Amino acid sequence: MSLDLTPAALEREAPRLMRARPLLTMNNISRSFGDVRALRDVDATVYPGEVMGIVGESGSGKSTLLRMMNLEDTPDTGDYRLRLPDREDGNLFDLTRYQRRMLCARHIGIVYQNPHLGLLMRQSSSGNVAERLLIAGERSFDVLRARAREALDASEFPLERMDARPIELSGGMQQRVQLAKAIALEPALLLLDEPTTGLDVSVQALVLDTLKRLQRDRKITMVLVSHDLGVIRTMADRVMVMRHGQVVEQGLADQIFQDPQHPYTQQLVHAKL
Amino acid sequence: MTTTPLLRVEGLTKTFRIYHLDSALHAFEDVSFDLHEGEFLLLRGHNGAGKSTLLRTIWRSYLPVGGHVWYRSGHGEIDLANAADVDISLLRREEIGFVTQFLNARPRVAAQDIVAEPLRLAGIAQDEALDQARHWLDQFGVRPELWRAYPSTFSGGEQQKVNLARALILPQRLLLLDEPTASLDAGAREALVRRLSDLKAHGVAIIGVFHHPGDVAALIDREINLNTKVVADQLTKEEDHVAL
Ligand SMILES: Nc1ncnc2c1ncn2[C@@H]1O[C@H](COP(=O)(O)OP(=O)(O)O)[C@@H](O)[C@H]1O
Ligand SMILES: Nc1ncnc2c1ncn2[C@@H]1O[C@H](COP(=O)(O)OP(=O)(O)O)[C@@H](O)[C@H]1O
Ligand SMILES: [Mg+2]
Ligand SMILES: [Mg+2]
Repeated sequence: MSLDLTPAALEREAPRLMRARPLLTMNNISRSFGDVRALRDVDATVYPGEVMGIVGESGSGKSTLLRMMNLEDTPDTGDYRLRLPDREDGNLFDLTRYQRRMLCARHIGIVYQNPHLGLLMRQSSSGNVAERLLIAGERSFDVLRARAREALDASEFPLERMDARPIELSGGMQQRVQLAKAIALEPALLLLDEPTTGLDVSVQALVLDTLKRLQRDRKITMVLVSHDLGVIRTMADRVMVMRHGQVVEQGLADQIFQDPQHPYTQQLVHAKL
Repeated sequence: MTTTPLLRVEGLTKTFRIYHLDSALHAFEDVSFDLHEGEFLLLRGHNGAGKSTLLRTIWRSYLPVGGHVWYRSGHGEIDLANAADVDISLLRREEIGFVTQFLNARPRVAAQDIVAEPLRLAGIAQDEALDQARHWLDQFGVRPELWRAYPSTFSGGEQQKVNLARALILPQRLLLLDEPTASLDAGAREALVRRLSDLKAHGVAIIGVFHHPGDVAALIDREINLNTKVVADQLTKEEDHVAL
């Protein structure tokens, strides 16, 4: 008897019900900065259409992991795969800098806590969004403007201000411009690194609300990093809990909050209650 | 009954480990029962007996520490006690419903859209889905002027009606109910019992905890008492039921 080890056969054998395969798979990611072990043997899996929340105290490695997902950094070990319609499977860390840039521009959107990382502060908001479309090859002024407008509208940015420069806008509005830029090309993956941290509580609620609507209407796959359990609770379908560069627990969001298994997660959840 | 059960719970055990107290809390131990399509199982037991915990363990917001929950899903048989999270998510979307006393209200979503959503996800057109949603809101006694409003501002009873309309609009294969009548008026309770009776006739299996089990007396096939873990068949143990 010969063993059939083709991917199709393996998938049939997998002890899972679900046909859908992960959009994102990361295996054994480790990264050190000098003596600091920012990530230690981290695995991550994200399925299409879900919101994966990553929570953990400051310095636990959340942003480092998200930067890996955005191909801004390369780990010491580990591999990263995305299942995209027009690409072959392969470790994305093997791509050249140029290939990474093209892949990210086309398929991955990111919103940073700090808008200076995501935006050109002295260029118009619409221009910031259009720049993303330019990278992807769009050249017609009318199309650029229409699509920037649409993305800003979907991000619930007030369109009468679309030509204002981010530097003239409030923190909440800057995040909406980042969001518009991130979703302009309908990315397969939207990465959010503390997108509402530092905003007033009421503004934070409005921005989260926009994210929820986008998620519901467009089924965008999201990875949301936050040190704030409340933010994770309102947004995430599944949760990874990080500490000292390691994943200490992951599970369905309701399980993590109602029946946390790891002492550290219990401590986090109880501190919040 | 000779058919394969829809659900076979075997030796299910749930203990909460509470680290900061360095203690363990045994919610229930070694619970076993079968549930077939179209059967209604009532959970009984005093406060703290573990009724809600059992429902949440089957739903998998709680993780069991032992035992199995064999479930015959439309995609094949699976042990809910050990299934991957992604499969649990899928089954929650497609086959298993859970109604608690708490509404999962979402910002800026109208009551009728909350109720219609399961139909939309199942591919039913917007107009048809909204028609049905309004029908069920009406059945449960939610006033028409509230249909387009956001339930986050509703009274507890109104929220619960929205909750029920949403949870029961599509027949699931397995329905878990944790005191769904707690904040309902008589009219809504009757509507609920009528709907449950319909769903049961369509083969939906139901496990429920009821504050007033008398409301659903006509639907109960079997019951399990979590104080004693005795499983009783309703038809043969009528007198036990009365005695409890
Ligand atoms: N580029 C870098 N150079 C040196 N140390 C870094 C760098 N990036 C992150 N670190 C360190 O790695 C650890 C994890 O950081 P980070 O991923 O930003 O945590 P988090 O986002 O969870 O707060 C921290 O100790 C941080 O100081
Ligand atoms: N998330 C939890 N963490 C710790 N203990 C819990 C949790 N949920 C329930 N319990 C405990 O489990 C026991 C059973 O509770 P529960 O299932 O709510 O009882 P019932 O619904 O029968 O009144 C109680 O002692 C309760 O305090
Ligand atoms: Mg960070
Ligand atoms: Mg209870």
